[in-house]
Amino acid sequence: MQGSTINSADAALGYESAATAGHEEHPDLRIFGLICFFFAEAMIFAGLFLAYVTFRAVAPVWPPEGTPERELLLPGINTIILISSSFVIHNAEGAIKKNDVNGLKLWFGLTALMGAIFLAGQLYEYNHLEFGLKTNLYASTFYVLTGFHGLHVFFGLLLILAVLWRSRKPGHYSSEHHFGVEAAELYWHFVDVIWIILFVLLYLL
Amino acid sequence: MTQTDFPTTASPDGGAHSGHHGERKFRDYFTFNPDHKVIGLQYLVTSFVFYILGGVLATAIRTELATPASDFVSPDTYNGLLTLHGTIMIFLWIVPAGAGLANYLIPLMIGAKDMAFPKLNALAFWMIPPGGLMLIASFFLETPKAGWTSYPPLSLVSGQVGEGIWIMSILVLGTSSILGAINFVVTILKMRIPTMPMNKMPLFCWAMLATAALILVGTPVLAGALILLAFDLFAGTAFFNPSGGGNPVVYQHMFWFYSHPAVYIMVLPLFGTISEVLPVHARKPIFGYQAIAYSSLAISFLGLIVWAHHMFTSGTPAWLRMFFMIATMVIAVPTGIKIFGWLATVWGGKISLNSAMLFGLGFIAVFVIGGISGVMLASVPFDIHVHDTYFVVAHMHYVLFGGSVFGIYAGIYHWYPKMTGRMMNEPLGRIHFVLTFIGMNLTFLPMHELGLLGMNRRVAMYDPRFADLNVLCTAGSYLLAISTLPFLFNAIWSVFKGKPAGDNPWRALTMEWQTTSPPAIENFEGVPVLKTGPYDYGLERNGSQPGLASSDTPALSGGSPT
Repeated sequence: MQGSTINSADAALGYESAATAGHEEHPDLRIFGLICFFFAEAMIFAGLFLAYVTFRAVAPVWPPEGTPERELLLPGINTIILISSSFVIHNAEGAIKKNDVNGLKLWFGLTALMGAIFLAGQLYEYNHLEFGLKTNLYASTFYVLTGFHGLHVFFGLLLILAVLWRSRKPGHYSSEHHFGVEAAELYWHFVDVIWIILFVLLYLL
Repeated sequence: MTQTDFPTTASPDGGAHSGHHGERKFRDYFTFNPDHKVIGLQYLVTSFVFYILGGVLATAIRTELATPASDFVSPDTYNGLLTLHGTIMIFLWIVPAGAGLANYLIPLMIGAKDMAFPKLNALAFWMIPPGGLMLIASFFLETPKAGWTSYPPLSLVSGQVGEGIWIMSILVLGTSSILGAINFVVTILKMRIPTMPMNKMPLFCWAMLATAALILVGTPVLAGALILLAFDLFAGTAFFNPSGGGNPVVYQHMFWFYSHPAVYIMVLPLFGTISEVLPVHARKPIFGYQAIAYSSLAISFLGLIVWAHHMFTSGTPAWLRMFFMIATMVIAVPTGIKIFGWLATVWGGKISLNSAMLFGLGFIAVFVIGGISGVMLASVPFDIHVHDTYFVVAHMHYVLFGGSVFGIYAGIYHWYPKMTGRMMNEPLGRIHFVLTFIGMNLTFLPMHELGLLGMNRRVAMYDPRFADLNVLCTAGSYLLAISTLPFLFNAIWSVFKGKPAGDNPWRALTMEWQTTSPPAIENFEGVPVLKTGPYDYGLERNGSQPGLASSDTPALSGGSPT
């Protein structure tokens, strides 16, 4: 994300970036930074999950009395779509490593479509649930947690679309240079893993 | 890349060849500049401005408390002052000041040209001014009055606008802190010169690694808590509002899961600073390098599992209190290892009592007092007795003023020649130290007694029987405020008129002193080579020493105790 534009911007500032040299020496530098970022993100979710678990552990009845039953069919299908999209996007890296830009476009495009379906499904579910944000503690945590995750899916979608937009230019991504592809893909996997925990916690348990 | 030697330094003409290429222009410091040295100074200066602001608020608080009645400001304003003082000092002074030192020093110490992600670094800094301005704005729009902890349900009734802006500003500052931490972790682990293994890294880098780890684990959880709090404030949910079925203690858990480690986020960089300052000015190798390095990691791990000791009186079950009590007391062990390591380092050394060293030694003296009262507070029965009294205020200020501010001053006096190429004025520095040391003890020592006698914290009015000691505290706080003036004058005056420092005025061995002062834009010519450990003072070495002219060698070996 930040690496690909670093040269031009630094040159504009009259500054020979040392990090560029650093990146040549350590190609995994940016991936490592990305992992640190995911870790921090995961800690936000961990905090929210633990808050949910505590609310639940302390409450006498859970979900609180009067909470309508949740439908499992739609979120179940949504979950399957999101998990499969992780396998779909995984092919993109294989494609770009073989310099197959069309393959990259195909797999990223498919993933973007699946992500959009997931978000649409989530919005549909929100519209048809029989409880609102303020109904009770369960409902509040439900909306905030799934909404916060949905926001992350949305950002992931933007990231994928950005990569797709950039891949129009021939040679922008190649077997040597495809950090953007890798970043978007890793982010997508991250969002996926979070959803699995979320689904188990909020729907199944 | 060619592997070149260190540039020769300590030339007789002082700083004549310092920074002639790569000199920064004044206006560079007001731009989005990716150079870590610019960013480091931006952090330091900005945070110092906020320190002065927080200090003015503190003086106003003490003025109010000079008399038992509430006669200087209204109780509402008092609550606002208290909230702003705490928030500013923590999020806008100590945390960014530590980040400033680290930004300036870490690439130099590990021989790198810059941080791993220079633009991310600049972005992290440029989130601080807007975050700070938002906080100040909240004071004038509708002061947040729930204290820096912002406990619900109090924070939910203290006013939406002020509290909302407060939350936003902490989220901005927290994000800045996380972005900085990512940079530190990657830089320290991946950007060291090939000749520097982890176990030859200066202790400051170890301390910053531990700090960054704490930030990455803790700060996001605070963000989570604040997001939920914002929903309670603005969207009508009841996560933390007992009247809507919520649970305010969950907020306390999430808050302290960050904010307890935050005291180590604040103090660990200064532990690292002291580990750098003491060996140089005592001309001795650091005692127990590995023990001090690993104790930083131990402190950050233990710091993460003791948060509930802030909540002994929140209805925590007894068995859980036992766990948190014992875990808290155990932190004294790695901290003690550090302190004994420092004492053994100074012991028998050839100490030069300059300003940096005075603040370094002062740091140990006051931090030990804060540490001991910390162990006292860790024990549940004692904590219940003094909970929410001035004993806690005394403890916290011994740790955070004594630990952090003394450490930051020690670091600034120590690295000022590196940053500016000029020395600070020594007599002024000593006056600064004496005033600060007396002022701080005068302000905070009587608070122990006040707390034991039962004076409540956080309130503007108190029983007249506490009046005498409070006058003492207030007088101390004025002295403390005045003590900043010699420093301020010294720091600004010395930039222009200070004695040229040369590249390595302390004849230190860590890598940052092996380049020019101030360093050139790319720090080193080529990739420097590590020739000696960072603390090998007085050890036999063959050939010339890095960064030292041969005439300096006898003075260096003179520090050897054996």
